[in-house]
Amino acid sequence: MTSVLGVLHLIAQQSENLVDSTFSNFWVVLIIKAAVVLVFFLVAPLLVGYAEHKVLAHMQSRLGPMYAGRFHGWAQLVADGVKFVQKEDVVPAAADRWVFSLAPAVALVPYIALFVVIPFSDSIWAENLDVGIFFVLAMASVSVIGVLMAGWSSANKFSLIGALRAAAQLISYELPIVLAAAAIVMQAGTMSLLGIVNAQDSYWYILTQPVGFFIFVVASLAELTRPPFDMPIADSEIIFGAYTEYTGLKFAFFLLSEYGGIVALSAIAAVLYLGGFRGPILPPPIWMAIKIGALSFFVIWLRATYPRLREDQLQRFSWLALIPLALANIMVVAVLKVAF
Amino acid sequence: MATEIESNGPKPGPASPKKSGVGTGLLKGLLVTLKTAMRPSITEQYPDEMPDLPPRTRGVIALKEANCTVCYKCSRECPDWCIYIDAHKETHEPASGGRARSVKVLDRFAIDYALCMYCGICVEACPFDALFWSPEFEYAEYDLQGMIHEKERLEEWTYKVLPPPDLEVGAEPPQEPAPAAAAPGPVPIAAAPTAPPAPAAAATPQPTAEPALEPAPATAAPAAAAHVDVEPDQETYDRVLAEQLAQGKDRRVADGQAKRAAMLAARKKAQEG
Repeated sequence: MTSVLGVLHLIAQQSENLVDSTFSNFWVVLIIKAAVVLVFFLVAPLLVGYAEHKVLAHMQSRLGPMYAGRFHGWAQLVADGVKFVQKEDVVPAAADRWVFSLAPAVALVPYIALFVVIPFSDSIWAENLDVGIFFVLAMASVSVIGVLMAGWSSANKFSLIGALRAAAQLISYELPIVLAAAAIVMQAGTMSLLGIVNAQDSYWYILTQPVGFFIFVVASLAELTRPPFDMPIADSEIIFGAYTEYTGLKFAFFLLSEYGGIVALSAIAAVLYLGGFRGPILPPPIWMAIKIGALSFFVIWLRATYPRLREDQLQRFSWLALIPLALANIMVVAVLKVAF
Repeated sequence: MATEIESNGPKPGPASPKKSGVGTGLLKGLLVTLKTAMRPSITEQYPDEMPDLPPRTRGVIALKEANCTVCYKCSRECPDWCIYIDAHKETHEPASGGRARSVKVLDRFAIDYALCMYCGICVEACPFDALFWSPEFEYAEYDLQGMIHEKERLEEWTYKVLPPPDLEVGAEPPQEPAPAAAAPGPVPIAAAPTAPPAPAAAATPQPTAEPALEPAPATAAPAAAAHVDVEPDQETYDRVLAEQLAQGKDRRVADGQAKRAAMLAARKKAQEG
């Protein structure tokens, strides 16, 4: 009897050592982290996409998908994915083939990379960069290069107009985002996302910087080219903007990057203003998921409610309203930071 | 949010009506979409569940042959000539002398639904209430010829004609005498002797709402070979009627659905037996 227990003890010890040695190996950990981030990136946008189908439908008094997967069309986006895979991969004759094929990846990868620094609890994060918020904002703006590449290489005037609109939009809305985030960094005293979340342990920053939250959310919408700021893909004017010539998987990548972008910027807004994973009773990752979900719902809600702005209105709104507001916000925060 | 929006409403006060806070319109918009999302959606999942169509829906035109006098008005008024009528004249010698009476006998009455544009002019034009609209609409065919409905099939559609909706409150009363007095009997389904004891009192609290739309097998022409002439199944009728009423359906809709189910059940039984 004792010998059996001894053997079991030995086995347990051995396996513990195995687990320890495995998880201290740099490359294994790296691969596991990359896989987790990738899986999260592939699942969360599908959930948001499905939610968009359903929420949009019910806000228009419809039902939305009901057949795929039998129960309320839960597998609709899976079915869409299968459909995209089956489609012919068309490259226009006049297109710049390499740039055309590379563009979807350039649009998609930054959003995947962005998830690396998002903390889901004190211990669940892939990487805690000291310059986290800087990394996030830099990555989010790389994506538009993919759109610009797509528009330019398509050799299509609608694509080009869409791409240039996207670029102009990014330039005018990147500024308010950075200014709003700078105010948060000032108040938190750190650029690490984990540090910013931990700085909000007594109150959320939305309470101290509601104006900043407003600026951040509006500018994020514009950066994602989501309605009411969807001029770059305005389907009634320029077909589908930079994505006009794309089919099949490449098109699906662009869509994925849009929904991935919603999840990413919702997560960042949650970290900066809503206390990230902090919340009572429920475990931290659940709180993070709830906050991301609520912000994503808000993004979809806005799409169902507002018509598209005109291109000049968009620019006017950014330069004449959001940027001055963001500058004023940063000044007020700086003064208060020094005063208290 | 809510109070801000309410305060924006028109007020009799001296304040100028244009005064409203910045962004109240945007908030109102959000509220509208949210309210809509909270309400049940209006979609009817048709192939899975039958739509609840109003009784005046222009689904299919039914012919009550017994009422047809072969006046050809419908076929002449029809804008796309989709009604085919063949008839011949018969002379009936009177028993007690006098001039022989000539009667027109309907040989063929067909509507080509591949041509019909559902204008309803034939129903309007018919002077003897032989044509009716029914909300039934599921008669698509793979073969174009199948869209021509002969009179036996048109007669079957009458089983699915719903009684007209009740008059609106405050409407003028109908000019005609109440059909309760004139009609042979306000029995919900066929008052043929073979039918079980009719639930007349139970099923028709409002006999006025029951014009002579019921199938009248006694007067119907001899059935074609393919057409099975059956009595509606009373059991099914009662059961479906009770079900429909329990679901809170309108009386006339429930009645129509029950009749339909009764006919289907009876025909099935006839085919099996």
